[in-house]
Amino acid sequence: MKISRLSDKAFIIVTRVLATMVLLATVGILIGTYKGASLSLNTFGLGFITGLNWDPVQEVFGALPFIYGTLVTSLIALLLSGLVGVGAAIFLAELAPSWLRTPLSFMVELLAAIPSIVYGIWGLFVFAPFLRQNVVPGLKAMLGWTGLFQGAFYGPSLLTASLILSLMVLPIVTAVSRDVLMSVPDSQREAMLGLGATRWETIRRAVLPYARSGIVGALILGLGRAVGETMAVTIVIGNRSEIVTNLLKPGNTMASVIANEFAEAATPLYQSALVEIALLLFVITLVVNIFARLLVWRAERGMQGTVRV
Amino acid sequence: MGEQRAIAANLQTRRLVNRVMLTMAAISILVVVAPLILVLAWVTMQGLPALNLDFFTRLPGSPDDPHTGFANGIVGTLILLAISSLISVPVGIGAGIYLSEFGGSKFNTVLRFATDVLSGVPSISIGVFVYAWLVQPTRTFSAWAGGIALALIMIPLIIRSTEEMLRLVPQSIREAALALGAPVWRTVLRYALPVALPGVVTGILLAMARAAGETAPLLFTALGNNQWSTSLNEPVAALTLQVYFGAQSAYEIQKRQAWGGALVLVILVLVTSLLSRLAIRRVYAL
Repeated sequence: MKISRLSDKAFIIVTRVLATMVLLATVGILIGTYKGASLSLNTFGLGFITGLNWDPVQEVFGALPFIYGTLVTSLIALLLSGLVGVGAAIFLAELAPSWLRTPLSFMVELLAAIPSIVYGIWGLFVFAPFLRQNVVPGLKAMLGWTGLFQGAFYGPSLLTASLILSLMVLPIVTAVSRDVLMSVPDSQREAMLGLGATRWETIRRAVLPYARSGIVGALILGLGRAVGETMAVTIVIGNRSEIVTNLLKPGNTMASVIANEFAEAATPLYQSALVEIALLLFVITLVVNIFARLLVWRAERGMQGTVRV
Repeated sequence: MGEQRAIAANLQTRRLVNRVMLTMAAISILVVVAPLILVLAWVTMQGLPALNLDFFTRLPGSPDDPHTGFANGIVGTLILLAISSLISVPVGIGAGIYLSEFGGSKFNTVLRFATDVLSGVPSISIGVFVYAWLVQPTRTFSAWAGGIALALIMIPLIIRSTEEMLRLVPQSIREAALALGAPVWRTVLRYALPVALPGVVTGILLAMARAAGETAPLLFTALGNNQWSTSLNEPVAALTLQVYFGAQSAYEIQKRQAWGGALVLVILVLVTSLLSRLAIRRVYAL
């Protein structure tokens, strides 16, 4: 488009300025958070990430318990929602008749839109008591020997947080995997079915391998969501700043410790330590999201007419 | 003969495996959508009794007084949404127009990347940033800070939907307008944007619904307030914050009201999603 009119130049400049504001905001968040964390960065250096102690009274801050909490809850959530989510995506993309596919897909979208705080209150008052009565006794009996499920269970715990996270991550894993599966060309399926394969064999050998990197991308997107999830986890994780392997005990994640303690952080160092956790969280989700986007993008791009085994 | 029997037996196991795996896939989708029904059922059951006139017209009060409500939270959420929309709608639509209409430059790649990054920032980190950047220097929690935090969440959503919807508008419409001598700004604002408008508005509504449900970015910005706030420079209540505090309360009345607040949030999200689905279907039908 050739732009000569003054009014058009002004129009472009205005939209460009608005666009630049987005850029500035993004860079600003990174720099602003970095500056807020500088006191803690200078005081603890790398020891902050490996430090086991989180003691606001002595002003000793190590973030490892929260990194551990985030890691454990997110990985459990990813494991469970990965299995179920891909299964559900297979159903939506490969098996469901279209009259069923549309409403089910819509329900998955709705699930993704329910506010985190609603999952939190449901998790605390409905899901945690349900676990205590119906699930935890069985877990203790069967898997108590592993050391992961021991002792009294009061509700708020790493286990509850992980399971609620699984439910929250499921819709995104399902929706993205479904899109990836649907972009697998039909020639893949037809070739396999033509050889006399069953539906499942077709999915297993011709569809899933083709969609592999896209599905991994969907899982990593889910991981990004799980790592940054705050309110639901804060409500059901029980808020204890120690590393415990027993999943029935309370813990804390990076996001939940900020939500719980930031308002009470009275000293500059305490506050700065929490800001550094926010910075870490930002950087982790940034890396995770970029990686996932690349995979999903490549998977959906690479699927134009080529046959792959 | 023996070989044929072996093949027949093999086929039977393959069919069995097929059936088992496909059933597992069907069970999986049930596991995915079951929480929707369970959450909706519980929130409705627990929340509906709390939704009386007091809930919508009165302030929170002492925890044993049943004649209290979340009125200031509802108004507070509306105030926060007004501020955040005022910021995010022009910025989001402007940047969306720039991306779809004046595309192709390196700046666009950078901008798209920045939008993706912004939409991936954990909402709690946005809250911490706005605190450090605005609340601390001004020494006060405020509606402004809360609104700006929500705006940062809405902006990438609005940019993306605006850009996508504008791209759906046929190029021929723009060409026709330009050929008749219309300036570019007029072509975009008077001819391209109106065609995409239902989709753009839907994108804004969905972003608002998302912002209305956010709690984490408000914790250290809007803070919450048990009274009416009289100025945008003081802490303001929000529905989500009141649900959060109510859920942690030891008192039955406050817990019940938290459920009521959760129900209002869920209804808000459901209605927006349903409406937007209908609106978008109409656009695609064009």
